[in-house]
Amino acid sequence: MKFIQQLIILLAILLGLSACSSTSTTTLYDELGGETKIREIAENLVLEFEMDEYILPYYEGSDINRFVEKLTEYICEVADGPCVYTGRSMVDVHTGMNITESHYNRLVDLSINAMDKAGIPHRTQNKLLARLAPTRKDMLYR
Amino acid sequence: MKKIRILAVVFICLFTANTTFAGDGKLIATAGLIQVEGAGGGGLVPWATLPGYDSRDEYSVNAFSSYVTVDDYKLHALGASVSLYDRVELSVAQQSFSIKAGAGDIEQTIVGAKVRLYGDVIFSRWPQVSLGVLHKSLKDDAIALALGAQDTSGTDVYIAATKVHLGAVSGYNLVWNATVRYTNANQMGLLGFGSVNDDSHELMLECTVGVLFNRHLAVGGEFRQKPDNIALPEEDWKAAFVTYIPNKNFNITVAYAMLGSIAGADDQNGLYVSIGGTL
Repeated sequence: MKFIQQLIILLAILLGLSACSSTSTTTLYDELGGETKIREIAENLVLEFEMDEYILPYYEGSDINRFVEKLTEYICEVADGPCVYTGRSMVDVHTGMNITESHYNRLVDLSINAMDKAGIPHRTQNKLLARLAPTRKDMLYR
Repeated sequence: MKKIRILAVVFICLFTANTTFAGDGKLIATAGLIQVEGAGGGGLVPWATLPGYDSRDEYSVNAFSSYVTVDDYKLHALGASVSLYDRVELSVAQQSFSIKAGAGDIEQTIVGAKVRLYGDVIFSRWPQVSLGVLHKSLKDDAIALALGAQDTSGTDVYIAATKVHLGAVSGYNLVWNATVRYTNANQMGLLGFGSVNDDSHELMLECTVGVLFNRHLAVGGEFRQKPDNIALPEEDWKAAFVTYIPNKNFNITVAYAMLGSIAGADDQNGLYVSIGGTL
């Protein structure tokens, strides 16, 4: 049982480390690189959508400029940046789309690609994904 | 055994072709691996995860081959499974255990089933929880009975909880698993089940902690509490592992396994190598 204690201590230390780092004063918005970088992620994501046979149909006919604008606002707000999201709620936006679980996960894969191409570091990517994850339930099968 | 082996080889050939097939609807490195008894899990411990990248609209077919070599023994485990709609897993595995210095081996077949009861390993608020069974039967009765086991077949029932915390360790993703297993298997069943005149079923705790250093590399440790039913002492298992997941079709794990006393030989430490594939 000693090893199990060691595992639990390791877990506590790891979580403790993250607690320290999350109390720092820089926001995730700053860490991402501010509005410029966030806009770049949004633009990259649109390009990823356009190249994806599964995701593209969901967005066909939508106003790309507006999408980039609203997504930039949304990420900025979620990352504690100085913006207010002015779009419709996540539930409203995705109702009628009937997004499947596998397409949602694909969307996350494409978001990771978009962040990779914008040069966002792995750890910063995870922090943003963690903030976006709770909205999954507002998007699936609606 | 031969059939399973051929099946595994066919699967592995297909995986290396990196074809997109039934399911890739989970995020990379979140499907877990296949543990040594054929269940979706880590290396030694079954997790709540179902192997393969099927989402609730998909299915997947999976195979694994694991080799463990410690001071005096070696174990080869081989198996295949299907995951249906990220809800049900059905598995079959064959284990072959032998003494390095001697001839002959102990063979065991394990048939498993698992149902995901709740949650998503990443996205649900609480951990993903699954309930599983592993039914094991030894090919030969002689060794287990000679060592004082009651039976040559037995069933484990387990409940497992697994969670990935995105960015939880200063930005790195953290995965943990806790499993409670109701079992009477001696050394996983290789030395039989229960002890003379005693069924010996009891609850054992197993757990895993790991950190994903990028989308393809995980490092961590596992612990598996073990019963101690027969005269030959049995000790808890531990392992420290590194897993590389280059794509959604293939994974490879190398671990240092500390398996304690086995069938009279103490301090059995050594290497665990496992490859897994999924379509």
